[in-house]
Amino acid sequence: MKPAIEIQNLGKRYKLADAPPYLAIRDEIVSSVKNIFYSKKKQDNSFWALQDINLNIQSGERVGIIGRNGAGKSTLLKIISRITPPTTGNVIIRGRVGSLLEVGTGFHPELTGRENIYLNGSILGLKKMEINKHLDAIIDFSGVEKFIDMPLKNYSSGMQLRLAFSVAAHLEPEILLIDEVLAVGDVEFQKKCIGKMEEVSKNHGRTIVFVSHNMASLQNFCTKGVLLENGIIKEENDINTVIKSYLSNPLKQKLKFSERKDRIGNGQVKIVNVTLLNETGIRTGGSLKVEIEYTSLANDVEVSEFGISIWDNNEGKIISLSSTFKNQLQQISNSGKVICEIPYLPLVNGTYILNAFVSSLFGIEDYIERIFEFEVHENDIFGTGKIVNPEWGKIAVEHNWFIQNDTK
Amino acid sequence: MEKFTTNIQPPSGFSLGFKELWQYRELFYFFTWRDIKVKYKQTYLGILWALLQPLGMMLLFTYIFSRTWKIDTGTVAYPIFVLSGLILWNLFNSSVSHAGESMIQNANIIKKIYFPRLIIPYSSVLVALVDFAIAFIIFFVLCLYFKQPMDISAIIYFPSGIIVAVLAAGGLGTFLAALNVKYRDFRYAQPFLLQVLFFSSQAIYPLQAIQQSELKYLLAVNPMNAVIELFRVPLTGIPPDITIVAIGITSTLFLLIIGLFYFRKTEAYFADLA
Repeated sequence: MKPAIEIQNLGKRYKLADAPPYLAIRDEIVSSVKNIFYSKKKQDNSFWALQDINLNIQSGERVGIIGRNGAGKSTLLKIISRITPPTTGNVIIRGRVGSLLEVGTGFHPELTGRENIYLNGSILGLKKMEINKHLDAIIDFSGVEKFIDMPLKNYSSGMQLRLAFSVAAHLEPEILLIDEVLAVGDVEFQKKCIGKMEEVSKNHGRTIVFVSHNMASLQNFCTKGVLLENGIIKEENDINTVIKSYLSNPLKQKLKFSERKDRIGNGQVKIVNVTLLNETGIRTGGSLKVEIEYTSLANDVEVSEFGISIWDNNEGKIISLSSTFKNQLQQISNSGKVICEIPYLPLVNGTYILNAFVSSLFGIEDYIERIFEFEVHENDIFGTGKIVNPEWGKIAVEHNWFIQNDTK
Repeated sequence: MEKFTTNIQPPSGFSLGFKELWQYRELFYFFTWRDIKVKYKQTYLGILWALLQPLGMMLLFTYIFSRTWKIDTGTVAYPIFVLSGLILWNLFNSSVSHAGESMIQNANIIKKIYFPRLIIPYSSVLVALVDFAIAFIIFFVLCLYFKQPMDISAIIYFPSGIIVAVLAAGGLGTFLAALNVKYRDFRYAQPFLLQVLFFSSQAIYPLQAIQQSELKYLLAVNPMNAVIELFRVPLTGIPPDITIVAIGITSTLFLLIIGLFYFRKTEAYFADLA
């Protein structure tokens, strides 16, 4: 049998000039006038988000796409779902495609829950007949029956999400593309959704392409993994192997900061370097000092906030700290260095990942994930020689035990 | 198991994609249905707006033109004359302005889901057509009130006027929709463009009142002149000026083709731009 998705030499190039500051007719006129006077030296402002992608996905396979931000995961999904065309190569798709690039696409606050099911369902590619058929099941699954004839604007965001998930979970395409959608919503409901999708995909041999940062749900849900790095396929194997090589990916031999393209933010302020100031190793209960060096590319940005976060190896978020929590940074200059000190680090021994961001009054300017990994060594923090086993939990805190005397 | 196969390639060649549009006809219906529902849910007066606007304009222009400037509209009472022009103008105006902004307003859907993009501007035209239907009924009621004679040929002239208006609005609307996605400052020019089209159309005055035939035929490039020319035939009893109608239909077809081609050409990149 031929594969459900056949990707051949696929490439996608974005022109940076076309990016957000929208084209204005004004600019077009100005630049065409300029071109008369200056010889056309068009600098190549484009970059390849994806290059030479060759991939066959068999019918019934559940493939997880793994990669850091900017690796091209979402672009790949957008091409397969026909939202954006490729620059080179082609994709052959055998079967009906349903894409869940975001739950609740097209929901309208003025319409009732029921009306939104029809609207959202038809945007996702369901026929009216199919929606009619599943309507009761969808409403039932969402758990918002009582409110189904109320306008959506009266729903809590959680309720809206549940309704959106339910519609999505009842899609019946042969090929389902999912991007991070399962990362939101409450855990219970997520499980219910994954369960539903698993049930359908196992029974009906549905092909699924799943993009996520959540290693646990990738592991649970997918059979095969594809690791993308800087727009090319780095590895294609069974999901556990790929996750392992993604996580062990030695980011310590650092890519130079300037070479990291997987940054999020406005980019007016850049993080130039992040260093650990601990001279001796980091230990449970010891201190951790992180220095962030930054520089502004524009004069008029007001740097307002720094943040660091620490994840465990599975990208489970453990600690997030912002310079605004205690408001100790006053009159931050446009470029310079700041230090974040954690006097008592409660992390048990293991490998952790550090992320950092800098913000201005306009929002996030630069956010980089997985800047480096660092090792926390075990330490006798309780003074008894007993060490908290990392298998039991990631945090070790000061605590006391008492015997409650029965005061009858 | 029978499966349909899709081949995704870099955009090349050209197809109008009407077959695909037909496959997605239900989405057409749902987008139109959504816009109508939302429109009337959001306003207290709801459906009344579709009536109040042309009636208010009718009173205003009747006051200005029939009392002050005494425009000669032959056997047709001025209120009827101007209302017949205004309801068609409103159909055109609201189709074009809503279609023009539709792609930007639906940007979040465009960036997430694939479907033939033409559905979005075209369904704006359908929404305007529903408003028009309501205004059309009021027009008939007022015709009875003013004892306006109406020729039986109305069953040909009314629909043909409406069809030309819809086609012209669809063409211009899709063109502006694509232009608005690509050039974000164009939307500021759009109201001005519509004003020019309004005053160059014979909505509030008869085109025949213009003496210089060169100017008259230049104005006929505005397709709304042909639309209103056709629509008023059963009221005035005067046969249409064939030259005006021919020029108008030509420019309608021109708009339709230009709009469709430009939209289809830029469509592939909407998700990157929007």
